[in-house]
Amino acid sequence: MTAGAPVEALEQIVRSGHVVICAGSGGVGKTTTAAVLAVEGARRGRNAVVVTIDPAKRLANALGLDTLSDTPHEIDRALWGASSASHSPAGGGPGRLSALMLDTESTFDHLVARYAETPEQAQRILENRFYRNVAGALSGTQEYMAMEKLHELHEEGAYDLIVVDTPPTRHALDFLDAPNRITRLLDNRIFRLLMMPTRAYMKAVSAGVQRFLRIVARVVGSEVIDDVVAFLRAFEGMEDGFRERAAVVLALLSDPHTRFVLVTSPRRDAIDEAHYFAERLTETDRGVAAVVVNRVHPSFGVEQPEGLRARAETLDALSASGPAGRRRAAARLAAAYRNLADLRSIARAEREHLEGVRERIGGAPVAFVPYLDRDVHDFDALAEVGRVLFSG
Amino acid sequence: MDARAFCSASRVVVVAGKGGVGKTTVTAALAVMAARAGLSVLVVEVEGKSGLASAFGKPDLGYHEIELHPGITARFLTPDEALVEYLEDHGLSRISRRLARTGALEVVATAVPGMKDILLLGKVKQLEQGGTADLVIIDAPAAGHAVSFLLSPQGLLDAVHAGPIRKQAAEVVEMLHDPARCRVLLVTVPEETPVNELVETAYAIEDRAGVSLGPVLVNGCYPETDLPTSPAEIRDLAAAADVFVSDREADDLAAAAAFRSRRGAIQAAQIDRLADRLPLPQIRLPFVFAAGLGTADVELLADALEAGVEALTPVPG
Repeated sequence: MTAGAPVEALEQIVRSGHVVICAGSGGVGKTTTAAVLAVEGARRGRNAVVVTIDPAKRLANALGLDTLSDTPHEIDRALWGASSASHSPAGGGPGRLSALMLDTESTFDHLVARYAETPEQAQRILENRFYRNVAGALSGTQEYMAMEKLHELHEEGAYDLIVVDTPPTRHALDFLDAPNRITRLLDNRIFRLLMMPTRAYMKAVSAGVQRFLRIVARVVGSEVIDDVVAFLRAFEGMEDGFRERAAVVLALLSDPHTRFVLVTSPRRDAIDEAHYFAERLTETDRGVAAVVVNRVHPSFGVEQPEGLRARAETLDALSASGPAGRRRAAARLAAAYRNLADLRSIARAEREHLEGVRERIGGAPVAFVPYLDRDVHDFDALAEVGRVLFSG
Repeated sequence: MDARAFCSASRVVVVAGKGGVGKTTVTAALAVMAARAGLSVLVVEVEGKSGLASAFGKPDLGYHEIELHPGITARFLTPDEALVEYLEDHGLSRISRRLARTGALEVVATAVPGMKDILLLGKVKQLEQGGTADLVIIDAPAAGHAVSFLLSPQGLLDAVHAGPIRKQAAEVVEMLHDPARCRVLLVTVPEETPVNELVETAYAIEDRAGVSLGPVLVNGCYPETDLPTSPAEIRDLAAAADVFVSDREADDLAAAAAFRSRRGAIQAAQIDRLADRLPLPQIRLPFVFAAGLGTADVELLADALEAGVEALTPVPG
């Protein structure tokens, strides 16, 4: 791999990308990477927004995200624009940078308000207990709302670069299925039977289904079934709108202008997820635009760990006898060799694991971010990561 | 404290921590330590594939127990299968398949928040009481989810006022609140964000979910060393030891040592911060110099865990 390739790919993503989705398993630095891409985009004159999900507190504070919100807020240019004179990207004056921390429930509420036929219908749904559970706790809702918010920002057209972080699910790809999950819930057969008007419902629903519902009510309590039925009645007439919306959101994810940036650490478990992710994206005709590997151990020379360890053992032998000064020096030197051997082994293992990723992503460039001496939670640190990613 | 006593303090141990801190690795090491102490161990995965089986060089887990290592079996649990079993156990086997097949579980589970967690925890309780193993280790969902996972039975008691699922939740709460039956071990790494999240999770689990916490497992610690960090110092040592070290090698050795000391200092500061903010004993597990873990590495971590447990003084109450 040439050093220039990932830099060019990332330059291209932040200069001309429109929707950028950062995906990867939990704890690999997705939010940070998303923030860096948005900052770098803004520094190149773009009007950028980063949509974060569950960022670490200090990063959230740095981005001015003290509370969940439904609309992006702009970050003062003084905070991100001039932080590093050493890498001032060519072309375009500084753009704008905004950030938003996804509020799943209020995003869902807006969606309901948008598709309700009357304000009263919206009100009935928003007050329904079952709906509150759907909005707050249904698995996949957070993923779906992240994509919904993405679509909304895209449709409004106020931003030319939208960078989205994805929820920290173990299966990094759940968000691709999220729109389908909501539709599946609406398509449920028993669910649909319940949606018939009361009288028709009593006639049409077979004795079997009624018995089934009675048993369910016995297990979980009848209030639950009542809530569901009330919700479905309130929802009537809105399913088509919801289904269409899910299809449109899914289409945006498949748009050739939507770029996926795969974020990973060089550890095996994260790499396994990245493998799986790259495969799924390829299967669905979406490509990986770039891979960002965070927390890579530095390499320190070219010697093999085995040779270094042998050297340490020779020094151990020397440290066993002879004058005290010489023994101490040999022991200390042996420890230094052992440390170098350890770091060389991990660097080698990390690179081996990464080779596997490279094979499966169809030539997408891989950028490395080494272990930094500090946690990334302010604009200076974001700029430092930016320098690494954008100057090779 | 000896390892056997530590592993027998409660039959159920929930291992929880933020993504990327090595929760699964620690789960594996804990299982190995317990098996060495002569206990039979069942590891339960509740969130899909996690690499546990591959740490033992075995293929992926299934719903039925498989042996991972002498004395250690493992399986995963899914809410759907737990529900089918639950209904069958309650004489409702005819509707159970239908409920699963029609996807109605999704609707019902949405109507009753925490229902899936109750089903999983109910199954865990059954495993605990069935005596399938001396120690049942749960590899919990990632940190934030772990709290809601453990809070769900309490939440269900507030939402559902009658019926067998309420009874199930009450029994699960009873298990969770009893330190002689269930404890949570939290895992973190000595870095700022994971430490912050661990402290938050710890208070939420103890205060809100009412589950007892064992010692905190701090994973990925560089062993303390005092290394020569400048090329000049390396050359002096080479001269004193009367060996040849090339200039390039002296540079590499010094740079590697400097990197190690820097990381070590950052870690030490975070370990202190954790001790300040959370009054729980800590067990430090060494950083394993490999980018993925195999059986040999798990054994090494089990050694470290054993040493850490032995160094613990039993805390009364």
